[in-house]
Amino acid sequence: MLLLTCPNCGDRNVSEFHFGGELSSRPKDPSALSDAEWANYLYMHNNVMDAQTEWWHHNAGCGLWFLADRHTQTNEVIKTYPYTKRDA
Amino acid sequence: MSIQLIRQAFSGDRPPPKMWRSHELKEQYDVVIIGGGAHGLACAYYLAKEHGITNVAVLEKSYIGAGGSGRNTAIIRSNYLTPEGVRFYDESVKLYEQLSAELNFNVMFSQRGHLTLAHTDGGVNTMRRRAEVNQIEGVNSRLIFPDEIKSLCPYLDVSDHPRYPILAALYHPPGGIIRHDAVVWGYAHQADVRGIHIHQNTAVTGIEVQDGKATGVETTRGCIKTGTVLNATAGWASTITTMVGLQLPLITIPLQACVTEPLKPFLDVVVVSGSLHVYISQTDRGELVMGASVDPFSSYSMAGSLTFLEGIAGHVLELFPSLSHVRILRQWAGICEMPPDYSPIMGFTPVDGFLIDVGWGTYGFKASPIAGKTLAELIATGKTPTLIAPFRLSRFEENNLVGEKGAAAVGH
Ligand SMILES: Cc1cc2nc3c(=O)[nH]c(=O)nc-3n(C[C@H](O)[C@H](O)[C@H](O)COP(=O)(O)OP(=O)(O)OC[C@H]3O[C@@H](n4cnc5c(N)ncnc54)[C@H](O)[C@@H]3O)c2cc1C
Ligand SMILES: [Zn+2]
Repeated sequence: MLLLTCPNCGDRNVSEFHFGGELSSRPKDPSALSDAEWANYLYMHNNVMDAQTEWWHHNAGCGLWFLADRHTQTNEVIKTYPYTKRDA
Repeated sequence: MSIQLIRQAFSGDRPPPKMWRSHELKEQYDVVIIGGGAHGLACAYYLAKEHGITNVAVLEKSYIGAGGSGRNTAIIRSNYLTPEGVRFYDESVKLYEQLSAELNFNVMFSQRGHLTLAHTDGGVNTMRRRAEVNQIEGVNSRLIFPDEIKSLCPYLDVSDHPRYPILAALYHPPGGIIRHDAVVWGYAHQADVRGIHIHQNTAVTGIEVQDGKATGVETTRGCIKTGTVLNATAGWASTITTMVGLQLPLITIPLQACVTEPLKPFLDVVVVSGSLHVYISQTDRGELVMGASVDPFSSYSMAGSLTFLEGIAGHVLELFPSLSHVRILRQWAGICEMPPDYSPIMGFTPVDGFLIDVGWGTYGFKASPIAGKTLAELIATGKTPTLIAPFRLSRFEENNLVGEKGAAAVGH
């Protein structure tokens, strides 16, 4: 993977971006979590060898945090798109 | 045709038998180990040798050593940051020191000394702390300064010219490098001799769980009944653990390395620089083996990149300006399952009979003997050996992490 498509800026060298890890859902009410549930949220990952929805940050560009669907075995990027509440 | 050749053809002498045999898959094994890397094979060997448990299968989807065990840069050391880590890796170094004799196979362990350079005040502080912890645990390790560094490694630029001048180094004389393939083959041979079945080209596709207990394994060659399954698949660990419905605190990220054309021997220590994200050693053949920190994003792909080569070349030249004419021969990548605290995750899981030996990140080859030995003991006795208790999976929800980042992020 050499290029990534920023929803604002278009195709850019992947070195302009910072990888933010797989998308996971934020706890609705963090203060109500048990230690185990909190640790689960912080540390556990699906870490799939398959298509994965993940965060990217255009840190050497427009500064947008956005989502990408990428296959983690081939690195093929299926699509990139801005985050909306629906994706959480 | 020479007489000699004809005579040999008709003499009874034959090449030595294969180092390990192939077998039909049996219907039942007492223990099934998934992953034919140094960890899985070491565990199989110690199960047979120390505990007489020989009805064991090692299942490998590819060939043995196809994963990290055949791709690592073979650095062995015990100068870690936490007392738990130092004690654990030191036991492994001791096992490695005896391993050629133990396996009757030359693993070429060369304890040539290991230097971790510090280029900033923060770096010097970390090295100081590591030296103190190491010494308390009885590990030979101390802080040294540019004069002594220069005498150990004359080609290193210890002047104040580079952008990040070398201020000090952690010197660890027992550290060194090994022939990683020989470790894999030696354990495989000695496990095979004791009756353990090594099944190559046999991928695990599912794990049967009944009433919270592992009862069998599905493979591309058929099903196996068993009460004990060990997940020793390193970079692929999450793909196996999902089969029993569990998650792990792991992210799989590629790590790359490269090797140059052979040069006359000039470097007889391993040199690591955390600040420059680079490490380098010279093999017995004269090639320079070089590596860095992990790739910038997670992946199961084992493709190398030009970005890596450019980066490493620049950083190596900061340390060794005289290498500017040297050519790279090849580069490769392996995949590493990174835990948040850079320490392994070993032992029991919430699924009865499903055990893990994972979280080996970029630093797990050096632990193969002790991980195999302690997990064999855990399987045989049903109890967690004290040495590996700090590495239990439940440490995450107990908030008892074993932070080794300062000793494992670049120097593998
Ligand atoms: C470039 C590089 C440099 C490194 N340098 C060092 C170093 O200097 N020192 C150090 O200590 N460590 C180093 N490491 C880390 C080290 O290589 C690993 O931690 C170690 O080899 C892990 O060994 P293992 O036996 O657990 O796993 P592996 O050797 O990775 O074996 C796992 C096996 O599981 C198999 N497998 C996967 N899925 C399945 C399935 N579904 N069914 C059956 N089998 C399956 C794989 O094919 C593989 O052979 C390095 C790693 C890399 C990539
Ligand atoms: Zn942008």
